[in-house]
Amino acid sequence: MTYKPFGESAILIEWPQIISKKILNDIRIFVAKIESENSENILELNFIYCSLLIIYNSKNNCFNEIKNTLISLYDNKLIVPAKSEKILWHIPVCYDEKFGIDLSYLSSEKKLSVEKIISLHCSVDYTVYGIGFLPGFLYLGGLSDKLYFPRRNSPRLNVPKGAVAIGGNQTGIYPQNSPGGWHIIGNTPISLFDVKKETPCVITPGDEIRFKAITKEEYEVIKIAQKQGSYELKRVIHG
Amino acid sequence: MVKVLHPGFYSSIQDMGRFGYRNLGVPMSGAMDSISAGFANALLNNHKNDAVMEITMIGPKLIFMASTNLVITGAEMSAELNNNPILNYKPYPVKNGDILTFGKLKNGIRSYLAVSGGFQSEIILNSRSFYTGITSQGLLKKNDLISFKHQEINQTNNQQPKGTINTKIPFYDTNIIEVFNGPEFELFSSEEQKKVLSVIYTVSNDNNRMGYRMEEEAVKHTKSIITSPVLPGTVQLLPSGKLVILMKDAQTTGGYPRVFQLNEKSIAILAQKRVGEVIKLKLITAI
Repeated sequence: MTYKPFGESAILIEWPQIISKKILNDIRIFVAKIESENSENILELNFIYCSLLIIYNSKNNCFNEIKNTLISLYDNKLIVPAKSEKILWHIPVCYDEKFGIDLSYLSSEKKLSVEKIISLHCSVDYTVYGIGFLPGFLYLGGLSDKLYFPRRNSPRLNVPKGAVAIGGNQTGIYPQNSPGGWHIIGNTPISLFDVKKETPCVITPGDEIRFKAITKEEYEVIKIAQKQGSYELKRVIHG
Repeated sequence: MVKVLHPGFYSSIQDMGRFGYRNLGVPMSGAMDSISAGFANALLNNHKNDAVMEITMIGPKLIFMASTNLVITGAEMSAELNNNPILNYKPYPVKNGDILTFGKLKNGIRSYLAVSGGFQSEIILNSRSFYTGITSQGLLKKNDLISFKHQEINQTNNQQPKGTINTKIPFYDTNIIEVFNGPEFELFSSEEQKKVLSVIYTVSNDNNRMGYRMEEEAVKHTKSIITSPVLPGTVQLLPSGKLVILMKDAQTTGGYPRVFQLNEKSIAILAQKRVGEVIKLKLITAI
C-alpha cells in the first residue's frame, strides 16, 4: 500500500493495482474503521477498485499527520467496525425488446440467442467496485466473458434512465438520462439514485447485485409501486 | 427575492460545493473561482459558504423585489444598477424595483454576485450549488425567482458592509498555473515530464464547469490506469497527448493518468480564462 499526496488537501491510498474482491474488502474494512472514528479532520472519502481518496482538513493537519493517523488506524486490529456485512441486491430488469434495443444486434454478433444472453447476464453476482461517472453509476465486476463486446463507435446522445447495458468487459445501469456508448440490453424500473432520500443511493461500493429478469407487466407494476414509495428493493445480507 | 428578466449566457447559483456524497458519484460543484466568490461574501459580512450567483461571459438582467445589499466580484462586466455604472468589489444597497444589468466583458469570464445572507436556492444533499441531475435546474432561466433574506437598508448603522478591496490588479491576471505532482507523474520518463511541463497550453473551446481541455498535444502515450478517484483540479493526460484539467462539476472517477493536481488558487485563475488564452504550468512541491 502506498500513501501519496494528491494536491493540497487530499491523500490517495493505493493497493496493488489489480481488480480483486480481496482488495476491495480490505478497503471496505479500512473505510469502516475510518468512518467509525468520526474524525472532524476527514472531510470526504471516495474509493473505487484498488484506490481510496481521502480529502482532509488541511487547515488543522499536514499530510504526514493524516498519513500517520491513517497508517496506525489501518494496523489497529482492535477496532472491529460494526458495519461490515455484505449485501446482495436483486435488481429487476426487463429485457423485452422494447427496452433492450441492442439485444438482437448483440445476439447476431455474438452468435448467442437472446435467451442465452439474458440467462448469462442474470447468472452472476456482480461486485460493486465503486460509484462514479454519474451520481449512482455502479462500476460492476463479474460480467461473463462470453458477453464481452466493444462499446459503440459513436455514443448515443441520450440513453434513457434505467438502461442496462454492456460495454467492453463491463455491464452497468444508467442512473439518469445521459449520453452513453454501451449496448442497451434492458431497463430497470427502479431508481438507483434519488436526491429526495436521505440515503440517495442505497447500494454502496462493496455490495453485490444480481439482475432478475421481469416481464413488461411486472416492470409497470414495480414502476408504479416505486413512484408511490411502496416498492422495496430485495436484499440479502450475508457474511 | 430577485427575478430573472434575462438569464445571460450561463448563470447559476453556487456555494463552496457539495461534500459528503462523493462516494456515490456526486460531483463537488461550487464556485469555479472560489477566491472571487469568497471576496463577495466577505465584503457583505456573509458566511463563507453562502450561495452566490456565478455569471459567465454575458451577464443576466435581474430585478430586485426586496431590499438588500449586493456586491459583484471577479470578472469585470460593466455592471449597471438602474442604468448607473457600478464598481466591482464595492457593496451597494438595492431596493424593491432596482434593475441590475451587465454589459461589456472587460477581463476574466466569471463574475460573482452576492447579496446579504446569500441566495436561498434549494438545499439538495447539503449544498445550494446547481448541478443538473442533482438540483432541479442546472442554469438560471427567464422568470426564475431566487429568494434571499430580506434586509432593511439603513445607511447609518454600523452593520454596513466592509469597504472595497483594492483590486486594480486581479489575482487572476497571470498565466502561471501552479501544480503539484499527480499520482501518475512518475509513470512518465523525465524527458516526458519535462516536455509536459514546458509546453505553453492554449485553452480550447471545449471548456466548461466540468473541465478545460487544452489544444496542444504534449506527450502521446498508451498508459491507462484502473479507474481511480479524481478531484477538481486534477490534470489528466489523454492518450492523444492533450491535457484535460478537471473543474468543479467534473465526475468523481477517471481512468486517464493524473499527471498534476492544481491548488484551489490555480483552479480559480484557470476559471477566469477563455478560449485562446494561454497558460504555463509551474511545478510546486507538495507539503
